[in-house]
Amino acid sequence: MKVGVIVFPGSNCDRDMHHVLTDVFDLNAEFFWHEKNLPENIDAVVLPGGFSYGDRLRAGVIAAHSPIISDVKKLAEKGIPVLGVCNGFQILVESGLLPGVLLKNESLNFMCEWTNLIVKNNKTPFTNKLELNQKIPIPIANGEGRYFVDEQTLEQLEKNNQIVFSYENKVNGSVSQIAGVCNSDGNVVGMMPHPERAAEKEINQIDHKPSSLIFESLVETVGMKK
Amino acid sequence: MPDFQVSIVIENKPGISDPEGDTILNDLVLKGKNKNISKIRSGTILKFSITENDENAAKDEVLKICDELRIYNPLVSKVTATVEKI
Repeated sequence: MKVGVIVFPGSNCDRDMHHVLTDVFDLNAEFFWHEKNLPENIDAVVLPGGFSYGDRLRAGVIAAHSPIISDVKKLAEKGIPVLGVCNGFQILVESGLLPGVLLKNESLNFMCEWTNLIVKNNKTPFTNKLELNQKIPIPIANGEGRYFVDEQTLEQLEKNNQIVFSYENKVNGSVSQIAGVCNSDGNVVGMMPHPERAAEKEINQIDHKPSSLIFESLVETVGMKK
Repeated sequence: MPDFQVSIVIENKPGISDPEGDTILNDLVLKGKNKNISKIRSGTILKFSITENDENAAKDEVLKICDELRIYNPLVSKVTATVEKI
């Protein structure tokens, strides 16, 4: 059982993510450079946060053309769980694996603060251990985190239960305060906040348990550890 | 074949908010003057130097590249192209 952590030029949350997956949740995780291929025996994929290609042109768009993304797409089609966090979420929308787009925050500020998420869909591989409407204290750290879809797509997302997380309060101008969505099959999930920065007691003064359930959901889904 | 420069302007579609343009308008241009200005939209310009048969072919080729590589995000952005011979 193996979780692939994809590394792009400019990723900077890859080591934090790897640490949480391996040291905290005892999963077997391995880094994969974006120019490499992903082996077929990967059980889950995580696209970590950062500033791939320095956010040039638009956050995530250049990384979305990386060779490894075609492998991620193939695995996603097979139903393998894929999680994109922050820049990873931006890469997933730019590669077409998730609907919508992430625009500059309404304030135009880089926002780095703690916020509360509300769980809207607890059927995904990353939320199945969470309760519906459960509150998750978690940090955000982004400049382009304002989720946008048109009204018609928003209706579809609501109808198909594709809104996974919303912000408790208005944070950055996201449509319907959306913080995370999934694809129609539910196996590809993207979220702007950073669960890897909130799943340990030592770095979460409020409550680390809800964020840790995101990783425990993955453990539950993939069924076995090392 | 002649060389052309195709300039692509990427901007948010009408209806998609543009906080950068709004800030330039409200916090700079309208500060106590220029009351005849009603709107500013920000955007990005990319200038492509390209060798093609004619102006239209150059413009079409650059727009095709922009579509194929998602140089702009069609959900929220629009592009306009102008071409000149160089």
